[in-house]
Amino acid sequence: MDAERLLDFVWVIPALPAFGAVVLLVVGKRIGEPKAGWLATTLMALSFAASVAAFLALRSLPGEERRHAHELWQWFAGTGRFSVGFGFLADPLSITMILFVTGTATLIHLYAIGYMHGDARFSRFFAYMNLFAASMLVLVLGSSFLVTFLGWEGVGLCSYLLISFWFERDTAAVAGKKAFVTNRVGDLGFMLAMFLIFSELGTLDYLPAFEAAPALSQGTLTAIALLLFVGAMGKSAQVPLHVWLPDAMEGPTPVSALIHAATMVTAGVFLVSRAHVFFDLGGAANDVVAWIGALTALGAATVAIRQNDIKRVLAYSTLSQLGYMFLAAGVGAYSAAMFHMVMHAFFKALLFLGAGSVIHGLHDEQDMRRMGALRKLMPVTAGTFIVGWLAIAGVFPLAGFWSKDEILAKAWFSESISGGEVLWGVGLVAALLTAFYMTRQVRLVFFGRARWHEPGGVHDEEHAIRPHESPITMTFPLLVLAGLSAVGGFLSLPFTDPNLEFLTRWLEPSLEPTAPHIAATSFSAGLALSLAALAVGIVGIGAGVSMYRKGLPADGVDPAERRLGPVARVLEHAYFFDAAVSRLVAGPGAAFARLCAEGLDRRVIDGAVNGTGRLFREVGGGLRRAQTGLVRNYALGIALGTALLLGYFATRVNI
Amino acid sequence: MTPLLAGIGDIGREHYLVVAALLFTIGAVGLLVRRNTLIMFMCVELMLNAVNLTFVTFAKALDDARGQAIVFFTLVVAAAEVAVGLAIIVAIFRRRQGVTADDVDLLKG
Repeated sequence: MDAERLLDFVWVIPALPAFGAVVLLVVGKRIGEPKAGWLATTLMALSFAASVAAFLALRSLPGEERRHAHELWQWFAGTGRFSVGFGFLADPLSITMILFVTGTATLIHLYAIGYMHGDARFSRFFAYMNLFAASMLVLVLGSSFLVTFLGWEGVGLCSYLLISFWFERDTAAVAGKKAFVTNRVGDLGFMLAMFLIFSELGTLDYLPAFEAAPALSQGTLTAIALLLFVGAMGKSAQVPLHVWLPDAMEGPTPVSALIHAATMVTAGVFLVSRAHVFFDLGGAANDVVAWIGALTALGAATVAIRQNDIKRVLAYSTLSQLGYMFLAAGVGAYSAAMFHMVMHAFFKALLFLGAGSVIHGLHDEQDMRRMGALRKLMPVTAGTFIVGWLAIAGVFPLAGFWSKDEILAKAWFSESISGGEVLWGVGLVAALLTAFYMTRQVRLVFFGRARWHEPGGVHDEEHAIRPHESPITMTFPLLVLAGLSAVGGFLSLPFTDPNLEFLTRWLEPSLEPTAPHIAATSFSAGLALSLAALAVGIVGIGAGVSMYRKGLPADGVDPAERRLGPVARVLEHAYFFDAAVSRLVAGPGAAFARLCAEGLDRRVIDGAVNGTGRLFREVGGGLRRAQTGLVRNYALGIALGTALLLGYFATRVNI
Repeated sequence: MTPLLAGIGDIGREHYLVVAALLFTIGAVGLLVRRNTLIMFMCVELMLNAVNLTFVTFAKALDDARGQAIVFFTLVVAAAEVAVGLAIIVAIFRRRQGVTADDVDLLKG
């Protein structure tokens, strides 16, 4: 079978986990633990194998032919010009996405078999996970905005279901709702963008839309790009729609790793890259993307310094890294954004799974102030976590170094955007903070003295715990991801040799800029920038190590808190963003709702209904007295009526 | 003039109508001022027959038999009404040991 024919079958890739989700939802309980987990994991592994086959098939085609759209069926066959096909598009961008989505999903499914051990809804969990993977694959493979939107809503649903998976806890149920509602705001932007694209271009299919896009007016293009970016901001948790992601940590840790670090939250970056034609031509839209990204990268990194929950640190770190990706996309370096997305999927999934392993080993303790000294007790977790730490901190030659360095270089040399040097500076400060807060986390969790016996935590002294290393199903994915985090950067080295710069070259057919963005770079300038990035990483690590030399000091006060003074409180509460939203949006919203409920509904609407009733009751009450029940009164009435009628006829009618 | 009324001499249409009006007024006033149900009932009959007399008078004057035909209807209805009305009065009397109309006000609003 030739490659083109083979690529008609990419639908198998999302179909496999979708099948698993259906099976597990219907008969999951009967399959039971652990078979349900193994079924889901096997289907994900098969899906990964199919993705590799699709990758090989696409690679066998010459570069300019590497985009293969295949319509499976007519989805909407409406009247007039409205008709949309359900189809998949295999091109370097989508194939890259499915490779790392299925790859990390397989590993995290495997990990979850160990992590979810003993949970009452074990098979339900894997059904949702498979459903999520299927939706995510539809999202990235879709050949039109509408198919992508189908997957987009699917991952949103699964995110909601999995964040509030332990819905017995109020906080989990609330966090799920918060994520869902916040995402609706972004989804509205996505939908408006689709309406605009359809009304202007008459199609939602990617390839025809991209071809026709340059004919549109500047204002329309900017509007489409900004509306698409609103959708991306919701899904990828960019300021000011970021509030749901830290709370999403209420979900089980494999969910945080898969959905809220590696895959779903990068869907926004994917959307911007996929629709990059609109952003290239969209004028000011690019600046908005880059600056929102930079703002998120820096703001979230500062907040991460003062978080004490092991998962919340990573959540803010994810926000910060997503900001990096948008910064790259904003300066037109889409391949750098994709590169960082893949690298981030590796090391952030690794860090989350490591954190999950720690939480598992400490029996649900998440406060880093009650950890410490776990290095010896959990050697595999500690070792792999340290690899992830060095990777995200940008230490040469691990994954994060290469991808972060590329983004910073692209920002510096960018010509399409003004103030590229400022963006570079913001990114550099964020990189410094990243190295610092990750060092703080590693020192608090794995070094220093053991603090899990101290009073006030989840475990009191009667239920003293013995931290233990996690089972093989959990440590194996950690080892694989640690390996990928270590060497993943070699996918795209910043040299002009096409073999070394593999990922960038591979993505070129999908992401070829419509207008040139990046000025020619000189090697020496690039080297200087790299050294600067590496230097701030090392400074950040050094500062972290020296401040947290003994883990947490004996008095239990965080050294960063002491040095930051009043700022510490602001950072701990994430700039009081949630409180501000509550006061400025939720407060007036609730007041308005109360006004509607009590003023409008109760007074006006209910008042009209009850008033009508009361009117007739009062009138009836008055008229009631006319009915005396006495026959003679009625007779008198008849007599008077007759007399009146007779009088009328006598005066008015001529007989 | 028909043979039946020939002997009454110069009694004309107006006399009949005046008698009918008097009968009707007596009936109506009696109905309004008396409290005994039985008397009120008789007053109703009086009014009905006043109307009957009017019908017959006009039938004769206009030489139209339809007026007289209507009287038969009135008689039939009056007979039925008497049967029902008397039954009601008997029923009231059995329950209350009296037939005063003002005592019966259960349908008061």
